[in-house]
Amino acid sequence: MAGIYLHIPFCKQACHYCDFHFSTSLKKKDDLVIALVKEMQLRKNELQDEPVETIYFGGGTPSLLSVQELKSLIAAVYENFKVIADPEITLEANPDDLTEASLVGEQSKTIFEAYKGIGINRLSIGIQSFFEEDLKLMNRAHNAKEAKKCIEAATAIFDNITIDLIYGIPGMSNEGWMQNIETALSFNIPHISSYALTVEPKTALEKFIEKGIVKPVDDEIAQQHFQLLVDTLKEHDFIHYELSNFGKEGYFSKNNSAYWLGKKYLGIGPSAHSYDGLHRSWNVANNSKYIKSLQENILPSEVETLSTVDRFNETIMTGLRTIWGVSLNKVKESFGEKYLEYLIQQSQKYIEEGLLEIDNSNPSLPVLKTTAKGKFLADGIASDLFLLNLQ
Amino acid sequence: MKNIRNFCIIAHIDHGKSTLADRLLDFTGSVTDREKQDQLLDNMDLERERGITIKSHAIQMEYTYKGEQYILNLIDTPGHVDFSYEVSRSIAACEGALLIVDAAQSIQAQTISNLYLALENDLEIIPVLNKIDLPSANPEEVTDDIVDLLGCDPEDVIPASAKTGLGIEEILEAIIERVPAPKGEPDAPLQALIFDSVYNPFRGVETYFRVLNGEIKKGQKIKFMATDKSYFADEIGTLKLKQQPKNIIKTGDVGYLITGIKDAREVKVGDTVTSTENPCVKPIEGFENVKPMVFAGIYPVDTEDYEELRGAMEKLQLNDASLVFAPESSAALGFGFRCGFLGMLHLEIIQERLEREFDMTVITTVPNVSYHAYTKKNPDEIIIVNNPSDLPDPSKLERVEEPFIKATIITKADFIGPVMSLCIEKRGVITNQTYLTPERVELSFDMPLAEIVFDFYDRLKTVSKGYASFDYSPIGMRPSKLVKVDILINANSVDALSALVHMDNAHTIGKKMCEKLRELIPRQQFDIPIQAAIGAKIISRETIKALRKDVTAKCYGGDISRKRKLLEKQKKGKKRMRQVGNVEIPQQAFMAVLKLND
Repeated sequence: MAGIYLHIPFCKQACHYCDFHFSTSLKKKDDLVIALVKEMQLRKNELQDEPVETIYFGGGTPSLLSVQELKSLIAAVYENFKVIADPEITLEANPDDLTEASLVGEQSKTIFEAYKGIGINRLSIGIQSFFEEDLKLMNRAHNAKEAKKCIEAATAIFDNITIDLIYGIPGMSNEGWMQNIETALSFNIPHISSYALTVEPKTALEKFIEKGIVKPVDDEIAQQHFQLLVDTLKEHDFIHYELSNFGKEGYFSKNNSAYWLGKKYLGIGPSAHSYDGLHRSWNVANNSKYIKSLQENILPSEVETLSTVDRFNETIMTGLRTIWGVSLNKVKESFGEKYLEYLIQQSQKYIEEGLLEIDNSNPSLPVLKTTAKGKFLADGIASDLFLLNLQ
Repeated sequence: MKNIRNFCIIAHIDHGKSTLADRLLDFTGSVTDREKQDQLLDNMDLERERGITIKSHAIQMEYTYKGEQYILNLIDTPGHVDFSYEVSRSIAACEGALLIVDAAQSIQAQTISNLYLALENDLEIIPVLNKIDLPSANPEEVTDDIVDLLGCDPEDVIPASAKTGLGIEEILEAIIERVPAPKGEPDAPLQALIFDSVYNPFRGVETYFRVLNGEIKKGQKIKFMATDKSYFADEIGTLKLKQQPKNIIKTGDVGYLITGIKDAREVKVGDTVTSTENPCVKPIEGFENVKPMVFAGIYPVDTEDYEELRGAMEKLQLNDASLVFAPESSAALGFGFRCGFLGMLHLEIIQERLEREFDMTVITTVPNVSYHAYTKKNPDEIIIVNNPSDLPDPSKLERVEEPFIKATIITKADFIGPVMSLCIEKRGVITNQTYLTPERVELSFDMPLAEIVFDFYDRLKTVSKGYASFDYSPIGMRPSKLVKVDILINANSVDALSALVHMDNAHTIGKKMCEKLRELIPRQQFDIPIQAAIGAKIISRETIKALRKDVTAKCYGGDISRKRKLLEKQKKGKKRMRQVGNVEIPQQAFMAVLKLND
């Protein structure tokens, strides 16, 4: 089983916190769609007939593509790869692209009906906040009213909807954050992804904080927001299945779970990453170079072979973020007895401190997990459990 | 012999000693253009960068004056109080001294103490007023200061600028006219003073000497009187920019000697070289075995590098006989060495040389001086305490003595108040106060050496806005109220952070150490108490609050590699930390206690 990720590297405007690859110039949009199709053709054998379970349009802002363009890309997936009968097809969309009822083809339909018509069955809407001041501070393209309106309209057509919310925004109070959570819950959607605002290097946000225009992000406050989020969503039957992801039973993101469970995925488009279980490759993060290279039938990618230690470290790092944890049996099978011994020994002090636990609820499948207390410290703990390559 | 002049240069740091030496070499044609570089004699990178002379150097110049050829031996001396013994031996090898005084800064304490040394040795002093081209120069006033100090004629002071070359010819003339030619008995048995040595990895130790009586011949059998060891003079010669082998070095001249000695400890500065067959009756006066003043532990950052560190220390010692070390171990830091240094600058130099020349990054523990402890059981037996762990248990301790020094400080009258407060804070007792001029005061204090080891220089500079200079000499052991302050991190005592301090300072130092450690130890997943204690009594406490968030929210396809690499880097960083209990302590934390007032 495998997933396909398509990166649509365009945005109307740059959000101040974002360090993903995108361009705000749409000039090369047509060429890019052609190049994406070309890349799929060149890489059609990479999955070796492994069936595709999930198709995911991420970005950037995939909702900047027309329905027609999206349709042609989905068609290209089907042409080049074996796809299961009922794949999860997700589209990341921004509220400002979804409010106006659009004319699609000859018939008058809402954009949601049009999306549904081409096979998209899951929408991921980049709400981030329902407050005007937060949206302004982050330079989002939509306003608070659009945010609410578009979820309402989307729920009429789609049932599998997720929204993104950001917490720990400078100036956001606990009450404000609670209001955001409650507004989100009022739409009765089955999935929420929620991230702490992170100051990435070389972003506008970093500059603003340096210059004192924006207050720095406070970890203490972020931690409080996180706790409110975890507790409130739990009361509403959401399962906290990954550090930043909450879903109701049956509504976990299949595509993203593939990353955390170490499954194979093929990333199409500039800056997209792929993983085949042994190698990770990534495309050039530059639209012009990407397009030019594919016009010459050359894959613009680099590849690294993951060592056993790299894979062990990744297993720990991703496992500790999820409800599935790190399966000790799998560690033994994939890496051997010594790795397992090391892991258990190294975990000991965190188990004693109540930050990690070994879940024996299925005695034949013991699992190492972060506790509720340990989740927000998962990176530091993972790093401590890492092995280092001998160099 | 009548055409030889041996002279040294006395100057305060930054008064232009090395630049002036460069000019003299230049003017006498002792360097070719190709060999020219700044601070020619300071051939250690470290000396050039810091602008200080660490080792003594010697160089021979030839100069024709009024139709006669003269040999001028310049002996360059170290410029720091840590090396005052070496300075005294260099001075003893000369008949004259250039006293260089910065025309803007006037006379400083270090200059005066070296000047007194020179006067004690009956050196002819040639005062040079340097940097007169500076806009801030104050030539008239500083000339008056010099006249007051030396009792010389204002005409004797040579105005100069080593930077522009002004006055160089006059200086050379004065050296020839005023500095007496060496005296000595050419026919007496060989008697030569060792004033320095340099380690050469290919040729062994090169000994620098000045012949006082007799002469030394190539191949001759010679003896070092203090060590009582005999060697053959395999090679002798004079010290031009490069060494020039000679067959004979005569009375009054300066030269180098190679005997194949591989260990710098065999060549002691101040020792007397004589002939084995026809030895002189008495050694030259003033020889002392160099005694370390400051002790600290030096540990490898990676415990596995202990043997490598030992090798590096041994090599450094071949080169620098004043470094002493013995193995010790610490629960926190593993195996390392307790090392003795001439002073804090010497400690820093050793640390830097280990890093530069041997690529060894080390952890240095809190330095201390050498104490004498006496127990109730054996009140007459001295226990030498060079390490906090050597101090006997307080219940068994009868008394402790600590080394005292006589500190001499020269400052502007405006700063007497703050300088006094500082010295009194440092447990100093004023013994003398003399106005050198209406503007300049010399203050003398009896002070514990331990108090100047830490941050005295920096504080003195601050309180006097840079207008104070400082020198000291040891005056023996005196009773002290010494306690050992231990640091507990998460309830575990960290031996490498223990410090020996005076009881009156224990609370302040304990508090500062806790505060500094709180800054430097990264937050971990739990609260970490940091405590300072004397015995079982806690005197200070700080807490490092637990980390609240240590996770990045997003982790999708492309983030995985990036994030893994980031966390691997963190892991590597942690690996370099020292684990005490379940707390990771970065190396800087061990060093930071050296700079508590930053």
